[in-house]
Amino acid sequence: MPSATIVKRVIKPAIFVLCSLPLAWLALRAFGVAGSLGANPVEEIQDTLGEWGLRLLVITLAVTPLRDWFNAPWLILLRRMLGVFAFAYVLLHFLTWLILDQGLYWPGILPDIAKRPFITIGFAALLLLIPLAVTSTNAMMRRLGKRWKSLHRLIYIIVPLGVWHYWWQVKADIREPLIYAAIVAVLLGWRFWKAKRRRSVTPAHAGVPSDPPDGLPPARE
Amino acid sequence: TDLTFKRNEAFSTTEAPNSYEDVTGYNNFYEFGTGKSDPAANSGRFKPTPWTVTISGEAETTGKFTLEDFLKPHALEERVYRLRCVEAWSMVIPWVGVPLGDVLKRFKPTSKAKYVAFKTVMRPSEMPGQRYAVLDWPYVEGLRIDEAMNPLSLLAVGVYGKTLPNQNGAPLRLVTPWKYGFKGIKSIVEISFTEKEPPTSWNISASHEYGFYANVNPNVDHPRWSQARERRIGAGLFNARIPTQMFNGYEKEVAGLYRGMDLAKNY
Repeated sequence: MPSATIVKRVIKPAIFVLCSLPLAWLALRAFGVAGSLGANPVEEIQDTLGEWGLRLLVITLAVTPLRDWFNAPWLILLRRMLGVFAFAYVLLHFLTWLILDQGLYWPGILPDIAKRPFITIGFAALLLLIPLAVTSTNAMMRRLGKRWKSLHRLIYIIVPLGVWHYWWQVKADIREPLIYAAIVAVLLGWRFWKAKRRRSVTPAHAGVPSDPPDGLPPARE
Repeated sequence: TDLTFKRNEAFSTTEAPNSYEDVTGYNNFYEFGTGKSDPAANSGRFKPTPWTVTISGEAETTGKFTLEDFLKPHALEERVYRLRCVEAWSMVIPWVGVPLGDVLKRFKPTSKAKYVAFKTVMRPSEMPGQRYAVLDWPYVEGLRIDEAMNPLSLLAVGVYGKTLPNQNGAPLRLVTPWKYGFKGIKSIVEISFTEKEPPTSWNISASHEYGFYANVNPNVDHPRWSQARERRIGAGLFNARIPTQMFNGYEKEVAGLYRGMDLAKNY
């Protein structure tokens, strides 16, 4: 296991840079420094941001399972940054739609949110992400205590909504959304299986402290 | 290759055409992949020559014709048309082709010919998109015979004064500018006169989303995209959408075809 210093000084900054790369790449292409955004730049920006928002959400959801599978408790230390980046990409994806795609044309925007199921779903996912982003600070974690963990379980709803949003905007080729759906099914299915097993622990084992579910790293770390 | 043609001003919009790069680099042709740049990237192996077109069904003259014989009696003309995709983006494209109606008349359709069906070539070895059942290959499309005979309907063989590049439907494609782009079937190998409404690929794939008519109509929304406005390709990052016109601005020419029809039902 890497030391706390390595995680803080090396791994976290590296993850920060990696998570910023898709955005930087978009900016470079938007300003014509490296290639271009193609014939439909608004669509390119919107799709890229949405895609990375969803990828980072899935990666965030994968942190706990990966920690358990590879016995790497330090991975939890990266989860907040991944989650906040996911939110940032989703928010920028939404703002791109609102400002660049729709040009803040409310008579177009409001019916779209209300009437078009894939937009309704995406918008719902964004709304649900907001409280998680707001409560991602240490101060908020302390203040909410146990409730913090319950609140952040919203992610189990948000990520499937994100996949659904992607699935329904695809015209016919569902291969890519299917891959996301399969990964999310494994990540959530594993949690379900683990929770079920924990509940059915025999009395003989009942005294053994089990792994905490998602949320704060256990105290022994 | 460069084509010899005359510009048909009466049938051309005065709007500025999109760049050759946009027209040939951003389009849908699922036979070469489902991304907008896939057709340009994946169509290099496609061989549009030699080419034959089969004419079948309710007509006096049927059979298999080389593309040269098929086109020989007709003079090529250039028409600058608006193209409106059902995904709510649009372009202005200078096509080169022949009026579809003139071509069809040569085969003397009988009184039973109420519709015209079109079929795209099936070549999975040259068209990688056909190796996955994203749609029910080969792509098929159709028009009512009066729609096909409308002077706006064009069989295109070129764009920007040159032979059609593979990604735009070489060597022969349909252009019906008052309909959504997916009606413009590409790389046509068979044209058939039928008595009944022929099946069409996107309608088979999702009938509640794509109807047989597929007329551009800002008042009839697609379940996924509002059709009220469109993004003109090439307008840049900060240009808002423009309003979509009824029949894509060709109301004068085609509205009569649909008189008395409920366009919300016959979408």
